[in-house]
Amino acid sequence: MSSQGLAKEHYEMGLKKTPFYSRQKELDIMNEWHRWSGYTVPNVLNDVTFEYFAIRNSASVFDITPMAKYRIKGPDALDFMNRLLTRDMTKLRVGRVGYSVWCDDEGMVIDDGTVFRTSENEYLLCAQERQLETLKRNALGFDISFDDVSDDIAALSFQGPLTCTILKKVGFEGIDQLKMFDLKEFAFAGTTVMISRTGYTGDLGYELWINPENAGDLWDALFEAGKNYNVKAIGGDALEIARIEAGLLMAGKDFSPATSTVRPGHAKSPYELGLDWLVKLDKGVVFNGRRALIQERNKGPRYRFVRLDVEGNKTACSAYIFDRQGGKTIGHVSSAAWAPTAKKNVALGFVDMPYGEVGSTVWVEIYYQKELRWNRRWAKAVVMDGPFYNPERKTLTPPEAV
Amino acid sequence: MPRGAKMKSYDVIVIGAGHNGLTNAAFLAKAGLDVLVVEKNPHIGGAAVSRNLHKDWMYSNCSYVCSLFRPEIYRQLNLAKHGLQVITYNGGFTLTQDGDYIGSYNDPEIMRREIYRHSPVDVDAYDRFKTDISKWCRFIRPMLLRTPPDPTSFKFRDLDELRFLARKFLDLGPRDLHDFMKFFTISVADYLDQYFTSDLIKAHKAGSGIIGTGLGPMSPGSAYVMLHHYMGDVDGSVGAWGFARGGMGAVSNALAGALQEHGGEIRTNAGVEQITVKNGTVTGVVLDSGEEISAKRVVSNLDAKRTFLGLMDPKDAGEKVVKAAKNFKIRGSSGKLNIALNGIPEFPALPKGSDLIQGDFHIIDSLERMERAYDDWKAGRWSKDPYVDALMPSLTDPTMAPEGKHFLSVFVQYCPPKVEGKDWTDDQVQAFGDTVINQLAKYSPNLKDLIEHVEIRTPREIESEVGLTEGNIFQGELTLDQLLFNRPFPGYAQYRGPVQGMYMCGSATHPGGGVMAAPGANAAREILMDLKLGNTVPEDEGDD
Repeated sequence: MSSQGLAKEHYEMGLKKTPFYSRQKELDIMNEWHRWSGYTVPNVLNDVTFEYFAIRNSASVFDITPMAKYRIKGPDALDFMNRLLTRDMTKLRVGRVGYSVWCDDEGMVIDDGTVFRTSENEYLLCAQERQLETLKRNALGFDISFDDVSDDIAALSFQGPLTCTILKKVGFEGIDQLKMFDLKEFAFAGTTVMISRTGYTGDLGYELWINPENAGDLWDALFEAGKNYNVKAIGGDALEIARIEAGLLMAGKDFSPATSTVRPGHAKSPYELGLDWLVKLDKGVVFNGRRALIQERNKGPRYRFVRLDVEGNKTACSAYIFDRQGGKTIGHVSSAAWAPTAKKNVALGFVDMPYGEVGSTVWVEIYYQKELRWNRRWAKAVVMDGPFYNPERKTLTPPEAV
Repeated sequence: MPRGAKMKSYDVIVIGAGHNGLTNAAFLAKAGLDVLVVEKNPHIGGAAVSRNLHKDWMYSNCSYVCSLFRPEIYRQLNLAKHGLQVITYNGGFTLTQDGDYIGSYNDPEIMRREIYRHSPVDVDAYDRFKTDISKWCRFIRPMLLRTPPDPTSFKFRDLDELRFLARKFLDLGPRDLHDFMKFFTISVADYLDQYFTSDLIKAHKAGSGIIGTGLGPMSPGSAYVMLHHYMGDVDGSVGAWGFARGGMGAVSNALAGALQEHGGEIRTNAGVEQITVKNGTVTGVVLDSGEEISAKRVVSNLDAKRTFLGLMDPKDAGEKVVKAAKNFKIRGSSGKLNIALNGIPEFPALPKGSDLIQGDFHIIDSLERMERAYDDWKAGRWSKDPYVDALMPSLTDPTMAPEGKHFLSVFVQYCPPKVEGKDWTDDQVQAFGDTVINQLAKYSPNLKDLIEHVEIRTPREIESEVGLTEGNIFQGELTLDQLLFNRPFPGYAQYRGPVQGMYMCGSATHPGGGVMAAPGANAAREILMDLKLGNTVPEDEGDD
């Protein structure tokens, strides 16, 4: 047996199943699944459109169990987190969640994720990519311990305008007082569930964290309490539309994590990801990548992250960005979608500096297929100031009932 | 007003704050014009309204679903920012007299199985039907946001537009061209006969061919009415329908928001008595109150009859226009029930837990019954065995009713503008409502027990509140003699009225009704052209 309790024959297992697998499988009519960190998860269960509208109109349930999760604790936990992350972690109180990035020594982003301060000396770090080695390397000299708890915590992302109303019906009293990025533990089915007002949809929503044994009960409770509210289980495709509409970045799609990037110039700094606000150079302690980031701040970044409002209705998937029609290539689109609520043809991408100032116009060359034939269209795109979609209810406390 | 103070004069006055009037005004205000919209009702929206008529229920009490609204207008006026959200809905079914149903499913495999269940041979026919309908939609959609050419004119613009049309026709190729020509004049029954053998499947599909029109499924021209209902989309999914979150009033409110963002004004409780004209040029309007407001241009969002027979002096309109307006076909044929329910009605025909209930449901399982329902209307009576297009938006949109309770919208075909030639009496309105509820209750035994409140609307109520002549939901029949360059009348299809500075922007103009907002936008484009201002009104993005 290895330290992870894995048998020699683990290769026979294939993909892992989350505690919600059987419930999702029951709803599945599409047979479209993908791999996520060794787990099998659905792209879509029934219909992408209706799953998307559950996020924006009622309530959606998305299985985020495969996220990489690490528990960091010990007397030096705060100092350690402050060393690892670019943000000033002294500002993150107990009961709060922070979004942050962490960098390598060159100031290139390894990953982004959320940090939960669960108690004075304890944090939970959630990330898209695996971070165990990054934690180990940085732990040198700190009195902390860290554990990979990825498989020990099941998690659901519960997003949409009715989520607070439904959670109240489940019996989570005081849930409506949770502010954005608050976290709180609630009693549930003889155990506790940690609920944070966080998400990846740019909308009102919560993430629910529970031990795998009680995970199924939690799923059932949400659907029971929400039976009059059109709650829907959703797959990754619907979420992808919502996160692009909200203008949020995805590691491995919009940027290549520094630790797995081979080609020069392909990794990105926080400034190049448009995340300047996450970098506190003057927070009073040394953190990973600080020296390089100071240099970059003085010299200026190489690229600019842009959110584009593209004319026409053809999505600019994988398009090049040009300075003018037929002009010089200045960048590329990393994510694109038709945004059904913002009613915009949106694209996220990167352009070379100094292009892409807010309000400026760039061009994209879009390839799209109609009945097997490829067509091409040039489209103007305006660089937006901030997200395409940012409803009031996202931050309103207490949220409206509907 | 103090003596000597100069009355404000507007660049444009738009009569009627329905969705087309608001669209028209919003584009004109966006172009920098000083615009006033006057509305007779205390609320805006015309037939796109959300009314709180019973406790915590919200009724979309006229139009109730959204699909035809032009996405280019939605985007250009930034209606999302002004609170409009259109949510696609699912499902739909037709109930049969023998206790079965046929459902509509988005999933192609499930849909095929459902057709197979009723008629195996119709499965492939359904695919052929969908392909053909897609062809006609693709053909007609680019015309929606264009001004129809005048085929008698030799202006460069009209010739150019005619050439555009000719090229599109020729692109179809000889076989499709023949089919298409036929399509515009054929009945929906004859059209469906070319595809399907099952009468139930035909009835399931034919409903869109009669909704809102004074035609039966066997009347020539009803096939186009079906297409009119199919050519919309939600987020590029052609043929899909959606709910405006918060009810159809959300469409009007968002348009009003866009108008006000650009400095436009709206005055409610301001019905217009007359459009004033001097020396063949518009000078403004006189309100019911006697107040005069002057403007260089006046746009009427009212239907052609109300505009030319009601608001204009016949001397100004001229004999030709008055006669055309008199002959304009705008027959009331629909009624509506808006019902507050205390729960979800049961339909024993549907399997338990079926999602189909989230969509529209229909009663009438054969073309024959549908035609008989039409026969009643021709005789001046409401249908004894009526066709209904019913749905519960509250199953999808949580803002329409309290938790676990529902708003049931029941659109009814047919309902005459007058009963056997005489005005409706209140008792008859009630009897019409009872007929419809009894019809529904035949298929849903617990429906009556769940009813908390009912609003019954016959053409009388629709006309008196919304102002649509005879309560015709399209502001005029959608038959070939009243489409494209014939809408509302030949020679007046380019949104200009008979006097200088007078325009039309309602659904009585091209491309017609259905909460498209295209007539309002097209009229704005023409006005900006006359003013030699740059065009800010979008055209169709096309599909290529």
